Amino acid sequence: MSRDDRKPRKPPGISRRSFIKGAGAVAAAAGLVRVQPASADEKRLPAGVIERLGPEATTIELNINGKPATLEIEPRVALLSALREHLGLTGTKLACDRGACGACTVHLDGKPVTSCMVLAVDARGHQITTIEGLGTPSNMHPVQAAFVETDALQCGFCTPGMVMSVAAALERNPAATTDEIKRATAGNICRCGTYPHVFAAALRAVKPGPAKSASSVRAAKDA
Amino acid sequence: MSRRVTVKLGFQGNTRDVTVVIPNDEPTPWQWGERLSVVGKPAPRVDGPLKATGAAHYTCDIELPGMLYGAILRSPWPHARIRSTDLSAAERLDGVRAVLALEDREIRFAGQEIAAVAAISSELAADALKLIKVDYEKIPFVVEMDAAMADSATRVFGIGSNAGRASTTSVGDVARGLAAAAYTIEATYTTAVQTHVCLETHGAVASFNAAGDQLTVWCSTQGVFSVRDDLAVYFSLPPDNVRVVCEFLGGGFGSKFGATPEMIVAARLAKAAGVPVKVILPRGDEHRSTGNRPNSEQKVRLGADRDGKLTAIDLVQRGSGGIGGGSGSAEPFKSIYRCANIRTDERNIYTNAGPASPMRAPGWPQGCFALELAMDELARKAGIDRLEFRRRNSDNPVRAAEYDIGERTFGWADKNSSPKSSGAVKRGVGVASAEWHAVGVSGPEAQAIAHRDGSVEIRVGTQDIGTGTRTILAIVAAEELGLPVDRVKPEIGDTRFLFSVPSGGSLSAPSNTPAVRQAAAHLKHKLFRIAAPILGAEPDDLEAADETIRVRTSPARALAFTDVCKRIPGDSISAQGERVPNYEGFRTDQAGCQFAEVEVDTETGIVRVTQVVAVHDAGRIIDPLTARSQVNGGILMGIGFALFEDRRMDPQLGIMVNPTMDDYKLPGSLDVPRIDVTFFEVANGITNTGAMGLGEVSHVASAAAVACAVYDAIGVPVRSLPITPDRVLAALKTRVKELELR
Repeated sequence: MSRDDRKPRKPPGISRRSFIKGAGAVAAAAGLVRVQPASADEKRLPAGVIERLGPEATTIELNINGKPATLEIEPRVALLSALREHLGLTGTKLACDRGACGACTVHLDGKPVTSCMVLAVDARGHQITTIEGLGTPSNMHPVQAAFVETDALQCGFCTPGMVMSVAAALERNPAATTDEIKRATAGNICRCGTYPHVFAAALRAVKPGPAKSASSVRAAKDA
Repeated sequence: MSRRVTVKLGFQGNTRDVTVVIPNDEPTPWQWGERLSVVGKPAPRVDGPLKATGAAHYTCDIELPGMLYGAILRSPWPHARIRSTDLSAAERLDGVRAVLALEDREIRFAGQEIAAVAAISSELAADALKLIKVDYEKIPFVVEMDAAMADSATRVFGIGSNAGRASTTSVGDVARGLAAAAYTIEATYTTAVQTHVCLETHGAVASFNAAGDQLTVWCSTQGVFSVRDDLAVYFSLPPDNVRVVCEFLGGGFGSKFGATPEMIVAARLAKAAGVPVKVILPRGDEHRSTGNRPNSEQKVRLGADRDGKLTAIDLVQRGSGGIGGGSGSAEPFKSIYRCANIRTDERNIYTNAGPASPMRAPGWPQGCFALELAMDELARKAGIDRLEFRRRNSDNPVRAAEYDIGERTFGWADKNSSPKSSGAVKRGVGVASAEWHAVGVSGPEAQAIAHRDGSVEIRVGTQDIGTGTRTILAIVAAEELGLPVDRVKPEIGDTRFLFSVPSGGSLSAPSNTPAVRQAAAHLKHKLFRIAAPILGAEPDDLEAADETIRVRTSPARALAFTDVCKRIPGDSISAQGERVPNYEGFRTDQAGCQFAEVEVDTETGIVRVTQVVAVHDAGRIIDPLTARSQVNGGILMGIGFALFEDRRMDPQLGIMVNPTMDDYKLPGSLDVPRIDVTFFEVANGITNTGAMGLGEVSHVASAAAVACAVYDAIGVPVRSLPITPDRVLAALKTRVKELELR
């Protein structure tokens, strides 16, 4: 494309996600088709079967915190927006909108993902766990309780994502070391600089007792 | 009516008694060494469970019935005139409910607000922005400070000069001081523009009543009352008709004072659409438009005599706050060290970039970095130990004690004298001094309420920017009422409560805690009047402790606090307290010092901070746990300023090239060193709690200490922040050349 100085050029700074969303919408509008990610909908669609989506709103079903949720959304909507704006699950935060800060971290089949970088339609068929699914103020998950006890939070805006990253790391390795926790939270930016207490919280939560109860709480929720 | 009370001021081994006159209804200040039950003991923050579970509601989480999503179109050009704006296509888009032109004249930075829309979804609002056609007449621009000072430079404001008026101060005679010096240094230090990067971007939800004369705004702000007053003026409403609410906010760091554009836009869209509107800024807009710490270029000359006493401090400083001002950095030069001859000259240079706003200790981290690295360069010339050099030039007894603590904790003597490794990774240490003034102001009022069910509420119109304000207010009220902290419910962040000051400048703790304590004391005396006849005593003979109200001289004669509350005649009983003006104190400044150890890889140029020891005083520490969190944060934001953060402007396009959270580098978990925090307790007087703020002082010296440690590690100063690998390698190259020339 050549630059035309008479017209305002689009300012630089297009985000990866707006590109994804835009590309999706364009593809759909042009009558193109999207291939479902193999893992997402194997149960609903035979392998290789192609699904046409959008650009208009479509009805999808997601499994969030162990419960099914039906919502009508445009295919370009990110999982984060679906959670926050369509389902009222506002614990998961939007901060960078390009997978750079980790504030929107949720678990997809137990693995931490940045939900601003996942389209809601691509989350179909996965078990989605949000901060609300981990625990509540009166019944906190051991990682959440450890965050409170060690003051691993200041303004609290990065906290849900930070908790989700630490919880996933401890799920992978209940005896995680500080170095492992540092790596597990390397994608979570905290501008208040509360990381030292996050490491302390993780160490507190990995003590044999709480770590076991972490699993049992989750097992109870899954049951 | 007032009374005299004697207060002990100072610190361990250095105290004096003073008599202060305080209002009769002001509680007697907590005394040095007084045994307190909950104040000073580590307490988890009271809103921790809400934050850790995602149940805390921030502005962006507010959902109102019928609410629309607003979005703001911003100029892609750094300098332009608007010939015309065509909103019609946006207005026709299905789902769009309001479109506004915000600016119809001149654009002075890329990111300036042009127009706004409100639509039924955030995606549609973004679509509508793309349909707005703006015809810009581009005009020359300037985004770099040097270029802006040239005679031929375009004028940012069309007229006059881009250089603001110089602000100068002078004590003694710097020329004579330099002439008398045995050792002098002269060097230029620069710092980059730093942006606040609050995790929660600026945003607001606005709602007008049907008549259009009552406005409610939920917003992310450091000052609900300052926002209320600004909005009342903007919309020509009585302040009482504007309600501002901020229950939680995701960081501010100085960028969230007053009514910012998105709040006004949300309210204007709400008025136009007739329904509530939410506007939350995208990250890029946050970087470009909501404020920053200006850059600096600081020409420093220092002189010292043979005894290592400073004879001259001279600073000529330039900084650009974009289209805003406030870029000065001279304060540390004027007050951290004693010197008979000090001259400072500061000048703000206007450029076509987003306006500066206050940022955590405005001016101080920049100034402290230049001053402290210059001090190290001079100490090296004079052959004096750098810590000793600072001791000789500081006359603050608090800082002297803190140097001693830091020296021991850090192991300065060993670390500073250990030989440099012969390998590629060099270790170095540095020390820098902090200062701030956080004694607070009068103005805040608080309300304390006891209910018949025994619950207690504290209400004050302050806000918690993440420092733990709610928690320390609960602790102070609990102490006064003899209750555990969890029995007190603090309610803040609403202009329906009594007035408080903005949360900034380390004002919150020293301004709010005394008002809350007085309110709790007044409430306590009302409860004493209920309890006294039952206990057969005079109200003045009672005390509140251990969840009881009891006779001071005969504690067995006691009533449970909840039983007293059951006798409240109505539903509740309440009392007010005010923050009285400051009375005499020990000092009005805070000292503090930080020691840093770094590793510099001389092959890659990468700097890693391995340890920081921080020693700080903040009067009486109300909650050591949340206080330590704040100091950790000050240090880490300083490490970001020292090593990573740099708002980069493209001189050809006039735009910020890294308005994201990955291209704009921030300290992350892998950058965290070992941190030791020591609080040096000072009986500071001034208020009934003796608390001081910590937000700024914990950040002032951090970048400086890191820069000094890098100098120690590689033997050559890197005089520009951030100390990126390329700058380290360039500095090493000059060192190699120096060695070859010898």
